[in-house]
Amino acid sequence: MSGILNSSIGRKFAMALSALFLMIFLLQHFAINILSVFSPDTFNEASHFMGTFWAVQYLLQPVLIFGVIFHFVMGFVLEINNNKARKVSYAKSKGSANSSWMSRNMLLTGLVILAFMVLHFIDFWIPEINVKYIQGDMSGLINPDAADSGFRYYEELHHKFESPLRVGAYVIAFILLSLHLLHGFNSAFQSVGANNKYTKGLKGFSKVYAIGIPLGFIFIALFHHLNH
Amino acid sequence: MNLTLKIWRQKNANDKGKIVDYKVNDVSPDMSFLEMLDVLNQDLIDKGEEPVAFDHDCREGICGSCSMYVNGQAHGPDSMVTVCQLHMRSFNDGDTIYIEPWRATAFPVIKDLIVDRSAFDRIQHAGGFISVNTSGNTQDANAIPIEKENADRAFDAATCIGCGACVASCKNSSAMLFVSAKVSQFALLPQGQVEATDRVLNMVKQMDEEGFGNCTNTGACEVECPKGISLENIARMNREYLKASLKG
Repeated sequence: MSGILNSSIGRKFAMALSALFLMIFLLQHFAINILSVFSPDTFNEASHFMGTFWAVQYLLQPVLIFGVIFHFVMGFVLEINNNKARKVSYAKSKGSANSSWMSRNMLLTGLVILAFMVLHFIDFWIPEINVKYIQGDMSGLINPDAADSGFRYYEELHHKFESPLRVGAYVIAFILLSLHLLHGFNSAFQSVGANNKYTKGLKGFSKVYAIGIPLGFIFIALFHHLNH
Repeated sequence: MNLTLKIWRQKNANDKGKIVDYKVNDVSPDMSFLEMLDVLNQDLIDKGEEPVAFDHDCREGICGSCSMYVNGQAHGPDSMVTVCQLHMRSFNDGDTIYIEPWRATAFPVIKDLIVDRSAFDRIQHAGGFISVNTSGNTQDANAIPIEKENADRAFDAATCIGCGACVASCKNSSAMLFVSAKVSQFALLPQGQVEATDRVLNMVKQMDEEGFGNCTNTGACEVECPKGISLENIARMNREYLKASLKG
């Protein structure tokens, strides 16, 4: 077992596991965000729970951050190694004849997602950490001194999507995320050795997931933007 | 047919190499691609020039020697054929055809279109075999019952001719389709079980040491493989490797 991360297959496996974990997280993130469209109160309750429950904050959140960093770093490590494997390029190469654009451009789509995550962290995660752990306000209220002021989460989300520039950036990032997932979803299963009678069905489900979830996020952003 | 060929010319392993243009006229559509190159070479010899060096042997698609990247694809535009089985009817009169050697750090160019594929041999030596007692009392392989489905899959994997088109087509120059075919053909049969753990660990280790890239599941190898080796083999190799890593 020692040194498995130094082997090509071990790295593929680790990459795939982190991808599967991030895809589960994405689904959970979407499930909570979509509540903001149907019921602001339920969205507030769910956000407060996720933002204050110790297991989420001190166990799952660090694992998630590690997962995100690991996925990106491992992606770059693999890309560097793969570039070394072909130092002279072909004068003419017809990649489109045998593979999808998505599969050949995971680094490009991944970099856009990375840039989006920086924006997303500045928008939501850093202010949240600031309020909770630097200012020490764990109440989740708009006005911590007034118990009847209501939770701040929905208001913050709604306010963020006022800017058309931000909404535009989010929409572009979600389109790239969809392209990333269109290859990444199945690729992760192939890397962990799952290629069997269920693969065809899984490919169908992967398309639903890879298009449906980013489209859902786009819908949420546009919904809040248009409701101002 | 009259054609313009853009061929990679490189005197030896240390030469920088470059694309050189050639005109070939009166090419019959019924010629094979290699026969068309034979005509070009005869013309070059008649002119006192150095003929284009390329690998070939059986010219019937089973030796895996002819390794050429034709018009941006391994073994050219046709599917499920090696370049020796590619015919000129797959091209049109007036076409410009790029002919390049396989490009991979692990497959250095020896001369013109010939690359050194001994990295594949070393991977095979690392574990692509079964140890059989050959002292005279060897059991008949046909006496061992094997599930039909597994026998068929092992046979499919064993059709890999080691031509290197998978490496050439992969954007990462990964050799995983080749190695997985060799791992699979034994992993699926009872005779391969005894050395299964060492086989996959050693072959993958050798593959990594040779400098091949990592598979990112683009599927290009499967599409370009002249023998139709399936990506299922790579998934099987991944499973075998993880199982062996946990064991060993």
